[in-house]
Amino acid sequence: MFELVPFILLFPVLGLLTNLVFGRYLGERFVGIIASGAVAASFIVSVIQVFALVNNNFHVETVLVADWITIGKMYLPWQIRVDTLSVTMMVLVTGVGTLIHIYAVGYMHGDKRFARFFVYLNLFVVMMLVLVAADNYLMLFVGWEGVGICSYLLIGFWYDKGDDNLGNARAGRKAFVVNRIGDFGFLIAMFMIFGAVGSLQFDAVLYYFENHGMEVGQLATTITLLLLVGAAGKSAQIPLFVWLPDAMAGPTPVSALIHAATMVTAGIYMMVRSAPIYAIAPSSQMTVALLGAGTALMAGTIALAQWDIKRVLAYSTISQLGFMVAAVGLGAHVAAMFHLITHAFFKALLFLSAGSVIHGVEHGAHKSDDHCDPQDMRNMGGLKDKMKITFGVYVVGAIALAGIFPLSGFWSKDEILADAWHVGMVEGHWHGMTVYILLALAAVITAFYMTRQIILVFFGSSRSAAANHAAENPPTMTVPLIGLAILSIVGGGINLPWSHTLGSWLEHTHHFFHGIDFNLTVALTSTALAVASIFVGFIVYYRRPLESSTAPDPLMSVLGPSLKFFYNKWYIDELYGTTFVRLYEWKARFLAFKVDRDFWHDFVHNQIILKSFKNVSGTLSGPVDRLGINKFFDGLAYSVHNIAVKVLRPVQTGYVRNYALGVMLGVVMVLGIMLIR
Amino acid sequence: MYEFILHITSTLTVVTFFPLVGVFVLLLINKEKKDLLRWVGVGTALLTFVFSLVMLGQFDSQDAGMQLVVSESWIQIGSNWSIDYHLGVDGLSVLLVLLATLLTPIAMFASWTAIEERVKEYMIFFLLLEVGMTGVFLALDLFLFYIFWEFTLVPMYFLIGIWGGENRIYASIKFFLYTMAGSILMLVAVLWIGTVQGTFSYTALASMGNIPPGTQRWLFLAFAAAFAIKVPMWPLHSWLPDAHVEAPTAGSVILAGVLLKLGTYGFLRFNLGLFPDASHYFAPSIAFLAVVGIIYGAIVSYPQKDVKKLVAYSSVSHLGFVMLGLFALNDRGIQGAILQMVNHGISTGALFLIVGMIYERRHTRSLDEFGGLWTVMPLYGSLTLIVVLSSMGLPGLNGFVGEFTILLGAFGSEALGSYYYSIVAALGVILAAIYMLWMFQKMFLGAVSNEKNALLQDLNWREIVVLVPLLILIFWIGLYPSPFFNLMSASVEQLTAALDFGNTLVLQ
Repeated sequence: MFELVPFILLFPVLGLLTNLVFGRYLGERFVGIIASGAVAASFIVSVIQVFALVNNNFHVETVLVADWITIGKMYLPWQIRVDTLSVTMMVLVTGVGTLIHIYAVGYMHGDKRFARFFVYLNLFVVMMLVLVAADNYLMLFVGWEGVGICSYLLIGFWYDKGDDNLGNARAGRKAFVVNRIGDFGFLIAMFMIFGAVGSLQFDAVLYYFENHGMEVGQLATTITLLLLVGAAGKSAQIPLFVWLPDAMAGPTPVSALIHAATMVTAGIYMMVRSAPIYAIAPSSQMTVALLGAGTALMAGTIALAQWDIKRVLAYSTISQLGFMVAAVGLGAHVAAMFHLITHAFFKALLFLSAGSVIHGVEHGAHKSDDHCDPQDMRNMGGLKDKMKITFGVYVVGAIALAGIFPLSGFWSKDEILADAWHVGMVEGHWHGMTVYILLALAAVITAFYMTRQIILVFFGSSRSAAANHAAENPPTMTVPLIGLAILSIVGGGINLPWSHTLGSWLEHTHHFFHGIDFNLTVALTSTALAVASIFVGFIVYYRRPLESSTAPDPLMSVLGPSLKFFYNKWYIDELYGTTFVRLYEWKARFLAFKVDRDFWHDFVHNQIILKSFKNVSGTLSGPVDRLGINKFFDGLAYSVHNIAVKVLRPVQTGYVRNYALGVMLGVVMVLGIMLIR
Repeated sequence: MYEFILHITSTLTVVTFFPLVGVFVLLLINKEKKDLLRWVGVGTALLTFVFSLVMLGQFDSQDAGMQLVVSESWIQIGSNWSIDYHLGVDGLSVLLVLLATLLTPIAMFASWTAIEERVKEYMIFFLLLEVGMTGVFLALDLFLFYIFWEFTLVPMYFLIGIWGGENRIYASIKFFLYTMAGSILMLVAVLWIGTVQGTFSYTALASMGNIPPGTQRWLFLAFAAAFAIKVPMWPLHSWLPDAHVEAPTAGSVILAGVLLKLGTYGFLRFNLGLFPDASHYFAPSIAFLAVVGIIYGAIVSYPQKDVKKLVAYSSVSHLGFVMLGLFALNDRGIQGAILQMVNHGISTGALFLIVGMIYERRHTRSLDEFGGLWTVMPLYGSLTLIVVLSSMGLPGLNGFVGEFTILLGAFGSEALGSYYYSIVAALGVILAAIYMLWMFQKMFLGAVSNEKNALLQDLNWREIVVLVPLLILIFWIGLYPSPFFNLMSASVEQLTAALDFGNTLVLQ
């Protein structure tokens, strides 16, 4: 059954080719069916791979698709790896992907580039599957940059919209360039791995580091830190997270699929995949853990202060990715993967529900002719009765994210916190406790901002005519929402503390992947904190509802200027803008116009070289020629004779090379004359 | 007589000189029959491409040495000293010959409507140029090489000088003098070798290998002078933007696609092949200049206002990668470099074609004039996107395969002795994304702001035909480059062995 695995890539490839060529003739319905069907078919193949692995006693299987780059001893094939880790990702990507494709059929209805959207979306699925199915780092990198370019295209899908009609295009470019900074780290890491191991195949690389252990610790530290740079780009961690909030310019299904559920988790997947290298680099692990926890808290504070419904979710995503990264750093790979999966469910759900809200408000805006910003929560309010299904699933997503028992987020977040607790209290590492505290704080903030969002969007009274006329969306949109809501509720079941299903499943990929025992203290503490936080949220926003779309945030009176600081995202964009971006543009202009054009081209070449050439030839043709002109006539007869005897005779050698030289000199002279004129 | 016919019909002679047949036919045609002239010109170039495919069919990739060799004494000087008509092809040159014979008909076909004046001369110069380019890649006699090398200058000089832009005279003379200046040093070196070693034959010289290291260095520098200007290596690139901006579209395609490769090929064939000690000696310096070129070219591209200038400076960056790969002096670096020569020919060639297409419609190349073109010309935008991605080295497309193998080669290169070359060069990957995506955004994204762009026609069938072969190669090399690597691997292995460098960092 393993030989079926290439089809997982082939189906979406066929889907995108069909829509690419025939898309404009097929009509929305068929384009949607082809695109969604292709991903659904891949999902079936992925599930078959689960059974194939079970039949194979969970042993890894590799399937060679084709040769790729072979030079000397360097062998880099297109090869698919089927193990419990990669299959988990395949099932997740295609499963969530299918639901989002179906949703997008409704969401994108009427868009003039409908077919193109699904071509991009299928291409994304292909690239994401290349990423997770790869059997070597370079093929992973193909998927890695491939999803990056799909992200670029989809963020800028409405490339003629946004600020100055260019905002979306700019956001896409920013995302790709920032990601390339991360990719630079990844590239160098690959060079170093290849330099040490002589291969980029996972088996060879991981075997090498497992066997050499601490003796290559220094090397492993460098490599893992470089890989972290890559992961920080793709998974939006400090300091490279700035692209993800802007990425919300893309259509909402894109935000759900790419910028919440799948692509942004690639960095976590890659680090989990590289776990044996991290295992022998404790200082890298610590860095990863602290960076993740720091990101989790920082992004949480920013989410707290945003008005844009999608931006809240974007920063929340960064924050949750921080949880996963921290888990990887703590060596809690199972917890990281567990949270990755549950987060994919409930964050996709939240984004799609937000899309549903936006769609509903836009609908209301058309009806009421009130063209306010349909994503600004200040223009919403009171939607719970107008969009009942959306409201229901949104609440499910929010409490799953807040980590309330017994929804999926509770189990996975709790496992990460338990791991941090374990590293801090049981193993006695200072960073474990630090991570625990940072993450616990982030969890409190999470519960708070989700409460804030629910109340602002759904409770109170409508603060705009658009919200007042909002209406529920068609079943293509609501049915996938319900599906994801169910997954968000029961998703925790894949790794309950007493069964450790996911843990023992992943253990077959790396022997040291295992879950941690349930910690009642941690669970009770975090639940109590979350509940308290929700309670406070209700006090702040429900008892004193926002009155109009221009009213200030009630939190302003509590937090004051720090809320403004959070609202402005800690001024990170401004910092980068004035330092790196401005500096680079200045340097580029200086090099291009001052150094290269004015100095090198105009001055050195045109002034010095050309002028001095002209001067020399001018002297020759001027004074020399004029002064010598009398003598020339006097000696003409003599000269002719002389030239004939002394010059021309020896020149007539019969050698072609001499003639060639002569011809060349002649050409040079002719050119010289042309230059003078 | 029989022998004569045998020589005339030998594959390499046909591949090199068949365009002359077209030239003679063109001479007989009335200059007013423009379409006929075009058909004959493009047809000749296409047939030449077919012949080069025949050459590929006869090529044995397992054989590291020279193949399909034609050797005939040409100019006898003294008793044992001669300039020979000596052609041959091996793994180092076979792909470049194919690149030249492929790009020539594409470039000529692309100028179907762009060139309306002096069509006859235009076609003739193009075919002459093809003879020169193919000859450079195939010549195995140093003097013959030199003749072909200089010969390429003349048609290109006229192509720029007659069919170029406003400042064409300045640009064409600068192009000519600049390249000529370097070539003269090479001529001296060629003559020196011929005199002292008693032969101009490349194969003989390469197998003798008895030039003392001190002398090698001087000869290396003399050859390098000619090649480095042609490449162009930083800081000798000043002629390139001028030439590109003024050249007609097809001229730019050939200039970037093939003529620059004459320089990198020269380094590969002669500097590496004949002066191995000097190559080791100079490798770090050349790699240093290459890396500076990669970064400098990429930075300077970004603020350019003229699309053609932007692409021209990006060539400085891309060719830096090629030079870095060559002077890694190991199999990965050199194979990557050869592939990257082909890749650059394809991607940058396509970019110049693309710029030409919009220039024909709008008669401007200023980035500020455009915006939102994707909406107006969807197919044009999509095809451009693929080329842009290929040029910035997106994995899965051709550019990445070359760049990655080059960087990997340079990273583990003992000749360079430091992996910092590779690390700094890899920064170029970030910078490439910056200037390429900037260009794409300025031209294609956003709303249609300039009403002159609002009614532009999307690509016609001829323009699609011109781009399709290049697009196919972009995907082919990106996804399945093995056939390309296989063609060169035996010869590169032989070269690296000769460079006395059976090393890698790999200790498996």
